[in-house]
Amino acid sequence: MATKMHKTPMLDQLESGPWPSFVTGLKRLANDEGKPYADMMKDLLGQLETSYTTRKGYWKGGTVGVVGYGGGVIPRFTELHDENKKPLFPKAAEFHTLRIMPPAGMHYDTATIRKMCDVWDKYGSGLVAFHGQSGDIMFQGCTTENVQPAFDEFNEMGFDLGGAGPAVRTGMSCVGAARCEHSCFNEQRAHRTLVNRFLDDMHRPALPYKFKFKVSGCPNDCMNSIQRADMATIGTWRDDMKVDQAEVKNFVNAKGRKYVIDNVITRCPTGALSLNDDDTLAVDNKNCVRCMHCINVMTKALSPGDDKGVTILVGGKRTLKIGDLMGTVIVPFMKLETDEDFEALEELAGNIIDFFAENALEHERTGEMIERIGLVNFLEGIGLEIDPNMITNPRMNPYVRTDGWDEEAKKWFERKAG
Amino acid sequence: MSAPRMPIESGVPDPFPYMHPALKKNFGQWKYHDRPRPGVLHHVAKSGDEVWTVRAGTQRQMDTYTIRKLMDIADQFADGYVRFTIRSNIEFMVTDEKKVQPLIDKLQAEGFPVGGTGNSVSMISHTQGWLHCDIPGTDASGVVKALMDELYEEFIKEEMPNRVRITTSCCQINCGGQGDIAINIQHTKPPKINHDLVANVCERPSVVARCPVAAIRPAMVNGKPSLEVDEKKCICCGACFPPCPPMQINDPEHSKLAIWVGGKNSNARSKPTFHKLVAAGIPNNPPRWPEAAAVVKNILAAYKKDAKEWERMNEWIDRIGWPRFFELTGLPFTKYHIDNWRGGRVNLNASAHIRF
Repeated sequence: MATKMHKTPMLDQLESGPWPSFVTGLKRLANDEGKPYADMMKDLLGQLETSYTTRKGYWKGGTVGVVGYGGGVIPRFTELHDENKKPLFPKAAEFHTLRIMPPAGMHYDTATIRKMCDVWDKYGSGLVAFHGQSGDIMFQGCTTENVQPAFDEFNEMGFDLGGAGPAVRTGMSCVGAARCEHSCFNEQRAHRTLVNRFLDDMHRPALPYKFKFKVSGCPNDCMNSIQRADMATIGTWRDDMKVDQAEVKNFVNAKGRKYVIDNVITRCPTGALSLNDDDTLAVDNKNCVRCMHCINVMTKALSPGDDKGVTILVGGKRTLKIGDLMGTVIVPFMKLETDEDFEALEELAGNIIDFFAENALEHERTGEMIERIGLVNFLEGIGLEIDPNMITNPRMNPYVRTDGWDEEAKKWFERKAG
Repeated sequence: MSAPRMPIESGVPDPFPYMHPALKKNFGQWKYHDRPRPGVLHHVAKSGDEVWTVRAGTQRQMDTYTIRKLMDIADQFADGYVRFTIRSNIEFMVTDEKKVQPLIDKLQAEGFPVGGTGNSVSMISHTQGWLHCDIPGTDASGVVKALMDELYEEFIKEEMPNRVRITTSCCQINCGGQGDIAINIQHTKPPKINHDLVANVCERPSVVARCPVAAIRPAMVNGKPSLEVDEKKCICCGACFPPCPPMQINDPEHSKLAIWVGGKNSNARSKPTFHKLVAAGIPNNPPRWPEAAAVVKNILAAYKKDAKEWERMNEWIDRIGWPRFFELTGLPFTKYHIDNWRGGRVNLNASAHIRF
């Protein structure tokens, strides 16, 4: 029996209004008679309308994958069955997602995307998300049977599955040096270096839990790496920021002194800026914390310095199980220019993942592990020295053994002297 | 039998073959940028090359017809290249300023809003919801469509004090992310346990271990191994549900929406912050979630009216104080706003700093 179009009075209401409607898109696919996905999308609309009516979700997971890999496909089977345990919406009873990693920085040519559409029209549902929250292209809606041939075609195009489960996950990087003057390094290279080095840990999930890399070219952190990545690589610089005084004057002239004082000078979090009497800018670079605000406002006049590199933070995550955790600085500054620099980044990431694999409990994220064992144990485990940039303030509670104090103080002075 | 095809483990693709030629040519050599109008970025390279980027909103969950239409537009106006942002906006790069307005006209004619730059409310980043998630308390694409209809004018204009980033998540795992405003499901009742299924479906020790407040214990129920929940301890977080679906946490009536504000990941001015709870108990009301939309619009209106230029939502609240935030938004302040979770005492006011 041919699948009929289900009535969708709730979803229909999402077709009006000025924002583009995904329901209109779903219906177009469902009404596309003769196309392999039409019946699947009719039944998908039926299941989704049921969710809207009953306010419940009806998908369950399972195990579906491709040959050679242990993850990267998100299996979904319907839980809506009739009294004989037959699916109520049989054509959408299997509705799996293939997570495909985009090019770093999410750049595409149209020919590539059209080819992806051809593959997905042939094997999938015609429904694609650019992109999921983990950064993957989400090819949503595939039968178990079609997962392998769809993947094979994407794979032949030069694309690979991303991560799912307790594994290294798909990474994300900002547009960076490709189109941003704030960029402090080659974000795409860092992204590819980090993820591609750990493909085995992505494709064959065997870590305690997920591990995410995200890469942002400057402290504006457009990829939200600090809250969402186990290892965040954020661009910065350590010499003086660059000031074009002629452009500062132009800016003051255009916007007025009050605007500049209210919105640039007094908004500096460390009071490192001062407007001179001749409308040039004085910068106390020793006190600049590289927050980006003044550079964001005066894009023509101000820019990051020349001695660029990255700050590395670990342990960002959200909610489960112990609550929100921000990434913590573990490397205040490292250069990221030469091949050796990128090898050092890769080695650091390897040390972190190895330590995480060996020491985290099941279902424990890096940040939670650090909370449990303490940052000092983590740093010793991966071979990094402590640094006052790692803390907001020194400890407040006195419950600590300090009998190694003299030895530790000696180390500090030796390191400073070296 | 022939050997199966083994994958080519190519990893993250090199972006350069997919990159607009002007971006490739000026990689790492950009001088400054400005924003000629909402939805358009203008970047100038040290070489003098200029690129205008036109940013448009999408529905994120796109059918291949919509995607091909966007590709036709890219072929016609933008040399056959596009890129996507973290919030599922699409960007077209053009090197000829004369093409900017025709491109905007075309996108608008095809129903794609141009905006999302600067001090706008950009596209809401979101999760999968009822469309594809296995543990959703609500939908995501639908909530976002409904809200973006309401916030359309704020997307195509840049009239906010600073940028506003909104996220939605269909459970407290919060895959949608942190934001100036985050709209998430808050479960309000302990899980309902289907004792007939627990022994067959759930690895009981790992479910017990998953509970953040140790409210779950192994138990024999009706002669079968199962689990029980100390409902007084339970915080209704839902962490037990993913590893043990017979512990149903989603409830059509009692899973409510909660709204959080003041999350910020940028380091600009203040340090990054997480969002904080301001409203809960909002009905999960498809297909347009009007109650949630009303709260969001109310908060946005108060922020728009009262914040100073460049203040993100958290910075505005830091300046005026939380009592004033509740006063300006008219939202009720309840005992549930007072943090009692691990380390929560740090969020209490240990000073005589009080505004009257």
